Amino acid sequence: MEVQFGIVGKGYVIMASDTNAGRSIVKMKTDEDKIKALSPHLLMAASGEPGDTVQFSEFIERNLRLHHIRYTHPMRPQSAASWIRRALADSLRSRKPYSVNLLVGGYDASTDSPHLYWLDYLGTLVEVPFAAHGYGAYFCLSLLDRYHNPEANLEEGLETLKRCVREVQKRLIVGLPDWKIKVVDKDGVREINLDL
Amino acid sequence: MNSLVSKFSSSTATSQLKQAKKHLQQEEEEYGEPAMWGSAGGFGNMAAGIPSFQIPAVADPTSFLRLHTDDAADPSCRIKIQHGTTTLAFRFQGGVIVAVDSRATAGSYIASGTVKKVIEINPYLLGTMAGGAADCQYWETYLGIQCRLHELRNKERISVAAASKYLSNLVYSYKGMGLSMGTMICGWDKTGPRIFYVDSDGTRLKGDLFSVGSGSTFAYGVLDSGYRWDLTDEEAQELGRRSIYAAGHRDAYSGNSCNLYHVKEHGWTYLGNYDISKLHYDGPGDVPGSAGHGYGYSERTAGLSSANDPAPSTENAPAVSVQA
Repeated sequence: MEVQFGIVGKGYVIMASDTNAGRSIVKMKTDEDKIKALSPHLLMAASGEPGDTVQFSEFIERNLRLHHIRYTHPMRPQSAASWIRRALADSLRSRKPYSVNLLVGGYDASTDSPHLYWLDYLGTLVEVPFAAHGYGAYFCLSLLDRYHNPEANLEEGLETLKRCVREVQKRLIVGLPDWKIKVVDKDGVREINLDL
Repeated sequence: MNSLVSKFSSSTATSQLKQAKKHLQQEEEEYGEPAMWGSAGGFGNMAAGIPSFQIPAVADPTSFLRLHTDDAADPSCRIKIQHGTTTLAFRFQGGVIVAVDSRATAGSYIASGTVKKVIEINPYLLGTMAGGAADCQYWETYLGIQCRLHELRNKERISVAAASKYLSNLVYSYKGMGLSMGTMICGWDKTGPRIFYVDSDGTRLKGDLFSVGSGSTFAYGVLDSGYRWDLTDEEAQELGRRSIYAAGHRDAYSGNSCNLYHVKEHGWTYLGNYDISKLHYDGPGDVPGSAGHGYGYSERTAGLSSANDPAPSTENAPAVSVQA
C-alpha cells in the first residue's frame, strides 16, 4: 500500500511519498526514495509494480537528460508530462507494459508558474491543483477539496500536507510512519524535513 | 401465507380448536410465559430468546440467497442489493450530530435520490442505514417495535446501549446468512449522548465519531480534521453537512441530498434536507454555521492563481551601465 501526494501552492509544488518498500507481508526497506528529480525544475513520484517503478523512472530521467543535452535547455513541465504520458501509453500497448502510476510536478520558469500532473498506468494525464495516488486518495481528496489553497505560501502548503499525512496515519489500517517530502519552485528542487 | 391457509382451512370445530391451541402454544414460545412479562428481573421477554425469522425452504438458504444477490460473482444476478451510501454520526459537547446522504443505488443504477436513511426509532433514538436497504429498513423498524415494548414493559426508556445490543445480538444470530447492514444507533439516555456502531458481522462499537458506507473515507477526511469535542452547535451542524457533501461529491454511490439531525438532551430535532448540488454551488443558504459560499473547490478558489507574478522584464527596464 503506497500513498503519494502532490500539492500546488503559490509558486511551488510539494511532492510527498511514503518510504516503505515491501514484498508480500514483509517490510524490506523503510527509507526508499520514490520521488526522483528529473531535471533542475522537475520532480516525479512513482508508485505501482515493484521493479517497474524504478526502471521506468530511470528511463524517463535519461531521456529527459538527453533532451537537455541535445537542445541545451530542459523540457518545460507540460512537455515533459506529455512525453512521459506518451512513453506510458506506448508501453501499455507493448508486450510487457509498465504498471506505474505517477505524479509529475514542475516549475515552469518561462511562465513563472508551478504545474502538477496526475498520470496513471493506463496513460491518463491530467493537470490538477492537488493529487493523490494509492489509498490516500480516498481519505484526502475530500480534505484537499476543503482545505487546499492555490495561493498558499510554502508553510501553509506544508500544513495542508501534514493534515493529509496525519489523516492517512489515523485512518489507513497500515501504518506509514516515514515520509519523504520534496519541493520544486523557482530555485529548483529541494528536500524538506518535516515533523509529521 | 401457508400458515394462514392451514390455520383456517379445516371446517370442523375440533380441528379448529386443535389448530388454535397449536397456534397459541407457538405464540407462547415466541413471547414467553405471560408471567414473565413486565420486569421479569429486567429480562423482559428475552428469556425466550431472540425471535426467529422464516428463511427460504431450501437445503442451503445461504447459498440460495447468494446465488440470486451476489453482484460481484454474477453481474447478471436478478436481485441487486443497495450498497453505496454515506452516513456519519459524531458526539460532541452539544449532543450528537447525525448526517446521511439520500442516494439508493442498485449496481450502477441510481434507484432513488430521496431515500430516508435515518430511522426515527423514538424521540430519543435514531438509527442510520447503510448496506442492504431492505435489511436496514426492516430490522431497524423491528428494533423500534422492540424498543417501544421495552418501554411499556419496564416503564422506562431503553438505553442506547441496550437498544444497540438488541440489534447486534439479532443480526449476529443471522451471521453468515447474507444480511448486509452497517448502522449507527444514536441517542440520548440517562448516561448522556451515545453512539454505537453495529454491523451485520456482529461488530458493536461504542465511540465518539463514526462514518459508514462507500463514501465514509471521504467523509472521514473532512470530519477528522474539523472535529473537536468543544465544537459549538452551529459548527457541528456545518461539519456534518460539509462532510456528507464531500462524500456526495467524490463517491459515485453517494449524493443527491443530505439529511441532518441533532440529538440533544430533550430528544432529536430534524434540521432539514440539503441538496448536494446546491451545497456545491451556493452553500447551505441562511442556516446557522453556514460558510456563506458554495462548498465546491472551484467555487471556493475562483480567481486564485498559483503562478508567481512575472519577473520584471529586462527589455523595458531602464538601461543600467555595465561596470567593467
